[in-house]
Amino acid sequence: MIWFNLIIQGILVGGFYALFACGLSLMFGVMRVINLAHGDMAVVAGYVAVMLTPHFHIPMLWSFLVVVPLFGLVGYLVQRTLIQKSIDRDPFTTLLVTFGLSVVIENALLQLYTANAQTISIGSILYKSWHPASIIYISYQSLVVLAIAVVVLASLQLFLSKTGTGRQIRAVADDQEAAQLSGTNYRHIFGVAAAISFATVALAGIAYGMTTQFAPTSGGINLLFAFEAVVIGGIGSLWGTLVGGIALGIAQQIGSHINPQYTLLGGNVLFLIVLAIRPQGLFGKKSSL
Amino acid sequence: MSISPREIGSDLVSIRRTTHSPGITLVVAGAMIGVLTGAPWIFPASFVTVLMNFFILVSMATMWNLMAGYAGMVSIGQQAFVGLGGYATLYFALKGMSPYVAIPFSALTCALIAIPVTYLLFRLRGGYFSIATWVVADTAGIIIGTIALFGGGTGRPVPGFTNFSPTQITNFAYLSCWFVALVVIAGTYLLLRSRLGLVLSSVRDNEISARSSGVKVTSARRTVFIIAAAGCGAAGAVLAIAQPYVQVSNEFNIQWAAEMLFVSMIGGLGTVEGPIIGCVIFFALQQSLQSYGAWYLIIFGSLAVTIAIWQPRGLWGAFRDKFHIELLPVGYWTRSKKQ
Repeated sequence: MIWFNLIIQGILVGGFYALFACGLSLMFGVMRVINLAHGDMAVVAGYVAVMLTPHFHIPMLWSFLVVVPLFGLVGYLVQRTLIQKSIDRDPFTTLLVTFGLSVVIENALLQLYTANAQTISIGSILYKSWHPASIIYISYQSLVVLAIAVVVLASLQLFLSKTGTGRQIRAVADDQEAAQLSGTNYRHIFGVAAAISFATVALAGIAYGMTTQFAPTSGGINLLFAFEAVVIGGIGSLWGTLVGGIALGIAQQIGSHINPQYTLLGGNVLFLIVLAIRPQGLFGKKSSL
Repeated sequence: MSISPREIGSDLVSIRRTTHSPGITLVVAGAMIGVLTGAPWIFPASFVTVLMNFFILVSMATMWNLMAGYAGMVSIGQQAFVGLGGYATLYFALKGMSPYVAIPFSALTCALIAIPVTYLLFRLRGGYFSIATWVVADTAGIIIGTIALFGGGTGRPVPGFTNFSPTQITNFAYLSCWFVALVVIAGTYLLLRSRLGLVLSSVRDNEISARSSGVKVTSARRTVFIIAAAGCGAAGAVLAIAQPYVQVSNEFNIQWAAEMLFVSMIGGLGTVEGPIIGCVIFFALQQSLQSYGAWYLIIFGSLAVTIAIWQPRGLWGAFRDKFHIELLPVGYWTRSKKQ
């Protein structure tokens, strides 16, 4: 029964990791950019929800209605300016620039809002949990986050396969020059991909803020989890990311069961094992490495 | 790769490795080495402390620049080796070795740990390599933090200083930082002038043509990674001696990676002088904005981003291209001989 519970809890956390990671995976798939400020964007979204929504007189639970579109816009703008400029240089520069951004964002948040932890209060029913068996507690909140992750991944998959813009995104990801020759404005497509990435990570940031406390420096560890989920699942596979997130969640639960200090170690060990045995990940293709 | 540059030089072209400026460098460097060795007896204590931190960062940044600027590996996990170096020093000191003697052994320990690590990390490229280095650093920090001998997460003071007076401890700590920086810079300079330096330059300029000329790119990268691990380990060792206390949250802090990256980028990637100049700017900014909290990092980070996009050769690179001055030249100038 203990093991069954570990797996259940792992799956619930894994949904959150997948929500966090899908934007990272999309940006890498489309424009070969690893956004090292990805985790910090989620934290910024959390701060925007906490600090700005009182001014709009809406409950924090609904803050995502404002924050998610706002971050989509920010993503498009950041991509068309800073990130595009660094892509034009070389892939190396994108790493330096996004890491630089990450440190600047963390320290700016530290300066503006101090190191105190924040949380997004939602009250009501979501804090309760479902108790189907003796030691198994399933919080409604994690269940909602998992459901959101599945919905987001499914809509993303639908968007990429059914819509014109989605097809253009896939075309640019497969062969940028051929897509350009067929009349696709790849810079605009990059912007759209970044907008989706930022919007999903903003959603993940708000979900994170509802689940636990966050501080200016919380971004780094979440980027680490997102990245581990992407690599374990396989680079370039959306559903792989969900499976990777769940595998990571279960590994962490097993680690924490052995010793609470080993929670993160469990995930890291799984990541290193996958790297050693199957570097392309569970669902990845070898060529995408 | 069987023809050495000298053989080419003998026949068709003449090769120079220096301009006039290195002569000047040598005289200035000699004087500077003298002054910096005597610094604890010349300058006020507060400035000596700044110099100590300066040399620790110079050592780390020089190693980071060797990896990123010459071998194309962006590591954001070098704090792994800073931490392991610090804890190796603690371990040797606990076993009765003098902490000063432990510095080279700590560096060697880091180099040995780095060997198996490269076999894992080199499976990934570009950004994935970068984040994987961070996973390794995170894992190393967690494991060290669970070892009771090292005091767990709260850390432990480094023993072995009881025979010295407080003044001696400060002076020796300074000299350790300074000599490690000197060895790291001189070693990097000589390394870049060696055959490996030539290989690295060819990979940096065009990896595909380097590979097709028979350059063993992966093994060159592996060598650089191991050397950088040793260098960062030595920096971690002197950091432990300077404190003299080791703690996971300090030694394994990702802030080290951020600072290494920023100073290298601002000073100039792929130059020996760049990281040193970047460090000078970093500490000047830090000292003058001391009372404003983290603002120096915000300003410094923004500067680094700006430079990466608009001036990727850094301040020293731009300066050098404009005035054709090389203080520590590692390249070749060729000129065809008149028949």
